Amino acid sequence: MPKWITQVGCPYCGSSCDDIEVLVSDDGKKILETRNACVIGNEIFHHVSSPDRPKKPRMRQPDGNFKEITYDEAVDYTAKTLLKSKKPLIYGFGSTNCEGMSAVARVAEKAGAVLDNCASICHGPSFLAIFDNGYPSCTLGEVKNRADVVLFWGCNPMHAHPRHTSRYSIFPRGFFTTKGQMQRTIICIDPRETDTAKLANIHLMIKQGHDYDLFDAFRTVLRGHDIPAEVAGIKKDQILEAVEKIKKGRFVMIFFGMGCCHTDGRNHNVDIAISLTRDINSHTKASIMAMRGHYNIAGPGQVWSWQFGFPYCLDLSKGTHAHMNPGETSSVDLAMRDEVDCFMNVGTDAGAHFPIDAIKHLKKRPFITVDPNICMASEISDLHIPVRVVGVEEPGIVYRMDNVPIQFKKVVDGPEGVPSDEELFDRIYERMCELTETEPIWLPSREHAKAPTAAEQ
Amino acid sequence: MALVTLKPYKTPELYLECYNISPDVFAGKTSAEIAELDVREGKTTVKLGDFFEVKGNAGKTPEETEIRVSGDCSRIKYIGNKMTAGSITVDGNADMYLGGWMKGGKIHVLGNVHSFCGIAMEGGEILVDGNAENYVGCAYRGDWRGMRGGTIRIRGNAGNDIGTFMLGGTIIVEKNAFIHVSTHAEGGTVIIKGDVQGRVGGQMVKGDIYVLGAVQHMLPGFKKVGMTEREVDGMTAKFTHYIGDLGERHLKVKGKEVYANLYVMAA
Repeated sequence: MPKWITQVGCPYCGSSCDDIEVLVSDDGKKILETRNACVIGNEIFHHVSSPDRPKKPRMRQPDGNFKEITYDEAVDYTAKTLLKSKKPLIYGFGSTNCEGMSAVARVAEKAGAVLDNCASICHGPSFLAIFDNGYPSCTLGEVKNRADVVLFWGCNPMHAHPRHTSRYSIFPRGFFTTKGQMQRTIICIDPRETDTAKLANIHLMIKQGHDYDLFDAFRTVLRGHDIPAEVAGIKKDQILEAVEKIKKGRFVMIFFGMGCCHTDGRNHNVDIAISLTRDINSHTKASIMAMRGHYNIAGPGQVWSWQFGFPYCLDLSKGTHAHMNPGETSSVDLAMRDEVDCFMNVGTDAGAHFPIDAIKHLKKRPFITVDPNICMASEISDLHIPVRVVGVEEPGIVYRMDNVPIQFKKVVDGPEGVPSDEELFDRIYERMCELTETEPIWLPSREHAKAPTAAEQ
Repeated sequence: MALVTLKPYKTPELYLECYNISPDVFAGKTSAEIAELDVREGKTTVKLGDFFEVKGNAGKTPEETEIRVSGDCSRIKYIGNKMTAGSITVDGNADMYLGGWMKGGKIHVLGNVHSFCGIAMEGGEILVDGNAENYVGCAYRGDWRGMRGGTIRIRGNAGNDIGTFMLGGTIIVEKNAFIHVSTHAEGGTVIIKGDVQGRVGGQMVKGDIYVLGAVQHMLPGFKKVGMTEREVDGMTAKFTHYIGDLGERHLKVKGKEVYANLYVMAA
């Protein structure tokens, strides 16, 4: 009898839904059906059964073709390449678990690498704003139960986070929001009429690239001053109406996305949004949250902040301390300036997401991809190492967009012989220690796990 | 003044981090000792002499030491890092962090500089004959105490984030600037002699900005209060006076709020 597994986490977007139900075949190897997942999440669960999935590392040969090699050879090549490079760049981690991120940190430290995650090309500017101005945020549970005015600034959850609106932000009925959508005022700030904007009570169709000006107008009005007749393509009356709605709200929630942190000004747009949140709090309650993209992209920020003190763009090449300064130590800048001599792409697709010029620079040196699937980055790599899919074949801790940790489950067995990210990085670390004739340093918890069990003793 | 000349003869494969190119480190050293100083390329430590031909001994103190880098430093970071006295001249371009955390002395770059020029500067003088990239005289990430003193003069154009979190000192950009001038500033003076695209004085608490060209997009938080005649960098002109950022918090002195000033030259 096929078995339904409940309360499964979905390894797709930053909403990190944990209410998925998955029907697994008798032998526990194949996923037959899913419930509750959005179309994209559903696709990810079915994708693991794809017959085209690579199950062995593939190494680029002098003739340009790939040749399958063993995991030992792949681990050896990676360890040697990382040790030989003066400044390798290890980038990615949008789609893996915190255990893998923790394991790669040991490798990066040993290699004197720059360790960066997808936030670098995503919500990195939001991090800069948070460093400068704080982060008055809350959890998605609070949004569901309390928020009655919700702003979507430069984000389109109807497409990017398909179940966000139904689970947290627009439709659900919560403790103080018993009437659901009827009780919520939705304000959307977007230059396009997106599907989220169509759901909004007020849609401010802002002139692209003028977010900062509009935030400044909101703040100026909130402090009782006059503003010009038109700001960022929005009429004064519309701004006053939106501010009035915000002031009347009992709990105002601002969600912001790439439209806010990747137009001109970047971190400053988010910075002033945080200042606006602070201002609104002198009238009513307000909170702000970044619409993080991947299901565990908040994870590296948590794990590496704990390990090194910084969430991303970590330059560990100094040996004595971690240095962080996005603009210098951020992946795309490093690539464009030819500042690194080895690139490792883990659990993301730099080939698809980086500017083509950045990839051209990176391609001059060794290029390694660690990813369960074939993607653009894997196809231009010198070495592609497949791993198990987290959330489907590998359990682990993930951090949702509101920085709430969730334990994801394993629902089916991974392909035989294919390691998890954590296992792979531990093997690379051990090999690096062997090559440098040093003792590996494991965390106490890790030593504990490696210690013989009571039965073995 | 004792002159030390550094002549680059080899281009690094990546970038060199030369925290040691500073009169404070060179002082009291012979040319042979200077050539033995450490520089870093990625995770490797190499010698200054591996990349530069060093001539001349340094003076006894930083004040008596003059450094001349006669060649291009496009791949050299941290020139004049934390220097307190003496002078450095670069006969070409310089990379990131030129004069970072500088407390005194003089730096003159004949070419262009990359980003973070004069980051968290406290005193001294930086003169750049060419253009500067972004973050001229800015604060380090997360620090609310930016540039506190000294003068930065860029003879060409500058990018975005000029004088972010500035508390004191002067920045002069003789041509155009992109966006974000004196964001979050609580003091200091920025003078832009050309045009600025926008976001001048956003979230600004205190301080002065002079724009001698045009501001393409004025922030809604700035209010025109009148006309005034001011002396700027040796010339006197008529300016339109704005105060702001009205959306930001401001200190009260004798019950009256003190705003930041923006002066835009009257056409």
